Amino acid sequence: MMAIQAEHEIHQRRKSRNIGVGLVLVGLIAIVFGLTVVKVQQLGAIEGFDHVVRPELLPGEEAPE
Amino acid sequence: MTDISAQSTEYEAQFGDYFALLKPRVMTLVVFTAFVGLLVAPQALHPFVGFCAILFIAVGGGAAGALNMWWDADIDAVMKRTRKRPVPSGRVTSHEALAVGSALAGFSILMLGLATNWLAAGLLAFTIFFYVAIYSMWLKRATPQNIVIGGAAGAFPPMIGWVAATGSISLESVLMFSLIFLWTPPHFWALALFMRSDYDDAGVPMLTVTHGRPATRRHILAYTAILAAFAVWLGFTAAGGPVYLIAAIGLNAWFLKGAWEIFRRDETMAEADNYAVEKAFFKFSLLYLFLHFGALLADAALRAGGII
Repeated sequence: MMAIQAEHEIHQRRKSRNIGVGLVLVGLIAIVFGLTVVKVQQLGAIEGFDHVVRPELLPGEEAPE
Repeated sequence: MTDISAQSTEYEAQFGDYFALLKPRVMTLVVFTAFVGLLVAPQALHPFVGFCAILFIAVGGGAAGALNMWWDADIDAVMKRTRKRPVPSGRVTSHEALAVGSALAGFSILMLGLATNWLAAGLLAFTIFFYVAIYSMWLKRATPQNIVIGGAAGAFPPMIGWVAATGSISLESVLMFSLIFLWTPPHFWALALFMRSDYDDAGVPMLTVTHGRPATRRHILAYTAILAAFAVWLGFTAAGGPVYLIAAIGLNAWFLKGAWEIFRRDETMAEADNYAVEKAFFKFSLLYLFLHFGALLADAALRAGGII
């Protein structure tokens, strides 16, 4: 029976590919995260219901005559 | 029993081989012109979004390069200039080039659309389609005007950069497109005049072969004259400014002078001095494009600094 080798020589041969793909994926995460932060900031102030009623978020009432 | 080590005699493609599929040297031009297109636009993008837009345009251009290498592996194997590319040299299979190219093309278009706007993404998609399908698959092997058609693909990046920032195609972006589009034919035909046999061996119709070298010299002069008019015109739009206008007048006068000298020569004269004029014209053409876009950048910087 063949012993399981933790470090097969294919790991060595494909090292630069694996590191490269890994770095590209890390870069992609950074880009998507960065874009998300910028896009959300560009929306301006965002406000929603937060367990308590905030009068300024209610639909406006008609002005009394 | 299958053993994975049975593959060990084969060459293992390294990360750099896949990166070479993206034509990194062409990519530097794409990055530079897209960057200028984006910066001279009147609307400013958030710096990080701008950085991402240029990155996605560059990746899209690289994807087109990979797809071109997939399709053109047979030609590339014949020509000295391209023989060492990953596919003809056997480091990467053509299937892998197709896979890498398609995946990166889809990815870059989608991400550019999400980061900026869908008109820019659509233009990037069209550029890739144009370069791969219209140029590589169809016209490159069919017409001696192939250089003109291929130049259009290379001319899109500054326009995409502009559209990413502004959301619309305006005159300035069309003129930046024209600058590269009209520059490509004289640039490559000058190269074809002194790099004699490469394209003949590959069976790619080049103007020098199909219509002869005197006709190529006439074409260089004609395209350079039209190019000069468009290049100076850009100086009178919102994208230009004093630096650009002065640079454009000087550079185009010098470029026209070179084209005129090429036009006045015949093969005996050219062979006598080993194509010195053609080689000088080709070298200057690289500087020509770089300085035009550099001048646009300088004017944009002056505007941003409030000096003009």
